[in-house]
Amino acid sequence: MKGDSIVARSASKGLHALPCSRRGLSFQPMLAKWLRTLQLSVKSLLLHPMRSALTVLGIFIGVSSVIWLLAIGEGISRASQKQIESLGARNILVRTIKPTSDDFQDGGYGLTRADYLRLVSTIPQVDVALPIRVLEGEFRFKTRRIQGRIVATTPDYASVTQLTLDTKYDTEERKSRFLSDADMDENRNYCVLASEVAEKLFPYGTPLGQKVLVEDMFYEVIGVMRFRSPSAGIGGSQAAEDFSLDIYIPITTLWWRIGDQVVTQKPGSFSRDIVEVSQITLRVKEDDATDEEANVLAVADLVRETISRYHTLNDFAITVPLELLQQARTTRLMFILFLGLIAAISLVVGGIGIMNIMLATVTERTREIGIRRAIGAKRRDITSQFLVESVVLSLAGGALGVAGGLLCRPLSIWLREGLKKFYPEQMAQLPQLIQEVEPQLVTWSIPLAFVISVAIGVVFGVYPAIRAAMLDPIEALRHE
Amino acid sequence: MFATETLAASIRELHKHYHLGGETVRALQGVTFDLPEGDYVSIMGPSGSGKSTLLNLLGCLDRPTSGEFILGGRDVARMNDDELAETRATRIGFVFQSFNLLSYLTVVENIEQPLYYSGRLNRLARRRCVELAEMVGLGQRLDHRPTQLSGGQQQRVAIARSLVNDPRFILADEPTGNLDSATTVEILDLLQNLNEEGRTIILVTHEPEVANRTKRTIMLKDGQVVMDERR
Repeated sequence: MKGDSIVARSASKGLHALPCSRRGLSFQPMLAKWLRTLQLSVKSLLLHPMRSALTVLGIFIGVSSVIWLLAIGEGISRASQKQIESLGARNILVRTIKPTSDDFQDGGYGLTRADYLRLVSTIPQVDVALPIRVLEGEFRFKTRRIQGRIVATTPDYASVTQLTLDTKYDTEERKSRFLSDADMDENRNYCVLASEVAEKLFPYGTPLGQKVLVEDMFYEVIGVMRFRSPSAGIGGSQAAEDFSLDIYIPITTLWWRIGDQVVTQKPGSFSRDIVEVSQITLRVKEDDATDEEANVLAVADLVRETISRYHTLNDFAITVPLELLQQARTTRLMFILFLGLIAAISLVVGGIGIMNIMLATVTERTREIGIRRAIGAKRRDITSQFLVESVVLSLAGGALGVAGGLLCRPLSIWLREGLKKFYPEQMAQLPQLIQEVEPQLVTWSIPLAFVISVAIGVVFGVYPAIRAAMLDPIEALRHE
Repeated sequence: MFATETLAASIRELHKHYHLGGETVRALQGVTFDLPEGDYVSIMGPSGSGKSTLLNLLGCLDRPTSGEFILGGRDVARMNDDELAETRATRIGFVFQSFNLLSYLTVVENIEQPLYYSGRLNRLARRRCVELAEMVGLGQRLDHRPTQLSGGQQQRVAIARSLVNDPRFILADEPTGNLDSATTVEILDLLQNLNEEGRTIILVTHEPEVANRTKRTIMLKDGQVVMDERR
């Protein structure tokens, strides 16, 4: 063969001492071609380091804002979801509300013991039902006194509202405990204190076994509960519930000793309320067979029907935390969509940056394109070269963006702490949610970021690359 | 004159017309000649005579408006864009007046480049690149950039690149146009060696001294062959 003559000749001259190790590797030609294309792309991008860096910056901002916004959105929604779940996803709350009209003056209003019994006996799906009666009151021990809530309820209250016992006041003889069925049956004068009540009334010794004066009767302290953060008020119908100033007594004791009638006397006003039950909290049985959410909502409808049959006044309200939960999910979806839209806009801007640079590059390198075409490059070779360049740019931006996204949580916490340190007043005025939100990195946002950045590289690189490939080789070679 | 088997290419009644702003420019008007295997042809002519157009057609960078250009048994006029590129990659080596190396690649990378387009990249081919560089006298400068080389050296790299796919044809477009007389002699020696190895070389020039070193001179004027003379 003719071609071998050169090899033969140079070999005969002893010239083929091969000094280079990198030429010793054997590649599959296709792979080698792609690696070469990649290598060339990086090389030519590094010819203009500043320009490439700025283009990468555009994508970096876009991608990390996607990750940041998703993380913050997730953080906010998780926080609110947690608050709702603390109300209990299987719970249904039926509360007494004071009607606006005066029709009730003679007979009182609100939920009754009969309502409670009806709910318990007619709805089999109800697992636990709690009657609760809440009164405002003053608690006293010796000279210390505080205002708080008297919560009269049953032993299940602790588990349904997720209260736990505090054992730090325990002594050898007395262990902290919640109300028991026996306390109920015998209408005992026992009470359990919430954490803050215990701390304020008994700053030195243990409250267990002591007698607290609640309004005008003494109750013996049998237990102390651990602090529980207040549940948020959600959906307008539910006021934020603060559990820290409560005293829990058996509801039977309340019915027996205090009764239903509460007289409130203030200077210049006098009101009398007759209420049997302030709230009935129901917990729906766990049911594996059917869809849990649908089940809870169905029971809620049943409850509403059962109660409204016996109530002519508009004196009760039903809150289903699950409904709030579902609303929160929808809100979260809207939130993510909205933030995603903003992020998408910044990504498009970054993509336009890539297209801009690639168009400039193609014009600048017209002659190079001509040379490549002359030495045998097909159109698709040129297309793939420029496409790889734009994808390299956008992927670099994507990788940096992911790194920036991972910094979201530490950086935002650091920022917030810094702001709190230097502008404490302004920060205190911000909503609780903003003060406390912790961005949660959404795992799928990382692969998403990569997919997006490759897509941006391709979408915005395709036009310049095709333009490069469509150049006439002769014209391109003549280009200066 | 020659048997068909020994023809490297044959050109029959080649026409090339350009449309420029409603006017038709007839760059080539019926060019006909045969290229025997191993020929060394110089194409001369005043500017505007169509020699660049002819070279572009011979180099498969363009298709003729009409006529036949048979290369390796196929009519180039009927090839599509990919086939043209394939032909350029495998059968044709280009040498340009302004060298046309890729400035951000090293000497050996420049020489390798056509292998990526012909799909012949392997260890042997890569070794051949080094040997080609050594053959043109740049064995010590494999990792230099074109900007670090003199004009003559750059043209040698370009010649080495044109040989990497072992083409039948070398097309040189005023290869010595940018070189001084001493370097011109070196490059022409190199081309002559290649011709002696059996490669067909077509060289466009306007310098009679360069043309004198070829075996045959074709003179073009107004898109037609006015002289075809063998030395």
